Amino acid sequence: MEIRLNSLEETEEFGIKLGRSLRRGDILCLNGDLGAGKTTLTKSIGLGLGVEEYITSPTFALINQYSGRLPVYHFDVYRLENVEELFDLGFDEYFYGNGVCIIEWADKIDRMIPKERIVIDIEKGNNLNERIFKFSGDEARLDELMKELKLD
Amino acid sequence: MLTLAIETSCDETSCAVVKDGREVLSNIISSQIEIHKKFGGVVPEIASRKHIESIDNILQEALDTAGVAFKDIDLISVTQGPGLVGALLVGLSTAKALAYALDIPIIGVNHIEGHVCANFIEHKELEPPFTCLIVSGGHTYLVQANGYTDYELVGRTRDDAAGEAFDKVARSIGLPYPGGPLIDKLAKIGNKEAIDFPRVVIDDHTYDFSFSGLKTAVLNHLNQAKQKGEEIIIEDVAASFQQAVLDVLVDKTFRLAKERNSDKIVIAGGVAANKGLRTMMEERGKKEGIRIYYPSRILCTDNAAMIGSAGYFNYINGKVSDLGMNVMPNLDIK
Repeated sequence: MEIRLNSLEETEEFGIKLGRSLRRGDILCLNGDLGAGKTTLTKSIGLGLGVEEYITSPTFALINQYSGRLPVYHFDVYRLENVEELFDLGFDEYFYGNGVCIIEWADKIDRMIPKERIVIDIEKGNNLNERIFKFSGDEARLDELMKELKLD
Repeated sequence: MLTLAIETSCDETSCAVVKDGREVLSNIISSQIEIHKKFGGVVPEIASRKHIESIDNILQEALDTAGVAFKDIDLISVTQGPGLVGALLVGLSTAKALAYALDIPIIGVNHIEGHVCANFIEHKELEPPFTCLIVSGGHTYLVQANGYTDYELVGRTRDDAAGEAFDKVARSIGLPYPGGPLIDKLAKIGNKEAIDFPRVVIDDHTYDFSFSGLKTAVLNHLNQAKQKGEEIIIEDVAASFQQAVLDVLVDKTFRLAKERNSDKIVIAGGVAANKGLRTMMEERGKKEGIRIYYPSRILCTDNAAMIGSAGYFNYINGKVSDLGMNVMPNLDIK
């Protein structure tokens, strides 16, 4: 399952819709190179979740928390050197908590993230702001989301 | 008056003893980058448990270096936020225990305010009001300081922090951690007009910043050059990128200073150690009759001495916290 978004506007529109459909306990993994647009996508997902603050990059802080219609935990594990550091940070409390987790560079900590997850691999297209989103992860939840987003 | 200060908002565990808000008797920082280099790579002291392991030793070291004992301390000052919740909790809990056991006042301090106060330590004569730019790996804030405890947040980043853009661009041109200072070095050799990267000002009505688009522009430039088989001169990329960041930082800071009739501009945070930024600020300051202040390198990084200074100025201006206070990971400047 993949979709092609041709502009920043299309990507934002998709992110807002996705944010509206997310529910308590969802874990969203975002993978893609520097500049792929992980934080940009998270901003629009946040809008869809009703977050009113600016969503900024969590690279330095590792975890940023926001309150929308659900608590939103925005992770960036770019800076982590090994998965042991995750234990020290208490990531599991967030993964099994009562909000929505959005994890940038999730593939770096793949085995630590619960199987019930939605993964979006972001690739750049031919044009400057064209992006290809490839979906994988928990099939049942993914099917539900796709129906809701009318992408099936 | 002696302040014992504790800072654990992110990677660094730091304790300091500060006299009267401006004189540092000790300033001990756990995770100096020099130590990391010896182990061949970064060992980020990100974890709260690492803070727990080191804080007692750092605390003792801070007292010993200052040549004082617990009984000499008059005030406990501690970072309350913003930062990583688990890390902040270690510092705050330690601070509360000390204040309770020693029966002395405690004050919770905003980390960003701390960065500004680093300049009170460095420049004994510096007094508000002034315009202040705080730039680091995690923060980009433009603040008008109207008094020692009266800070007005005027601008902030909407995506990446300025220092983060430096580190990420550094990584993309193959530089080791920490990349920011290396970009600064390369920029001195490179041609800053070689590549015309975008200056993102958002619009003229806001003092907010945005650096994510610039980071992407640099990555696109590198990709395109690679595809065309063109040689990439990393010195030119570094110089052109740095200039694009500095143009926006310097311009907005001076715009605010003029709007508020400030004759002083203060820079703080890790990127305040950037030579390019200092030089550009000073040159523009000379032209416009505005004096530029910045702290020495050690006071630019996350450190407890600056928290001690901020705590002192808050306390003598009548502010005090109680033992019921909690950490505030999203704490803003009011």
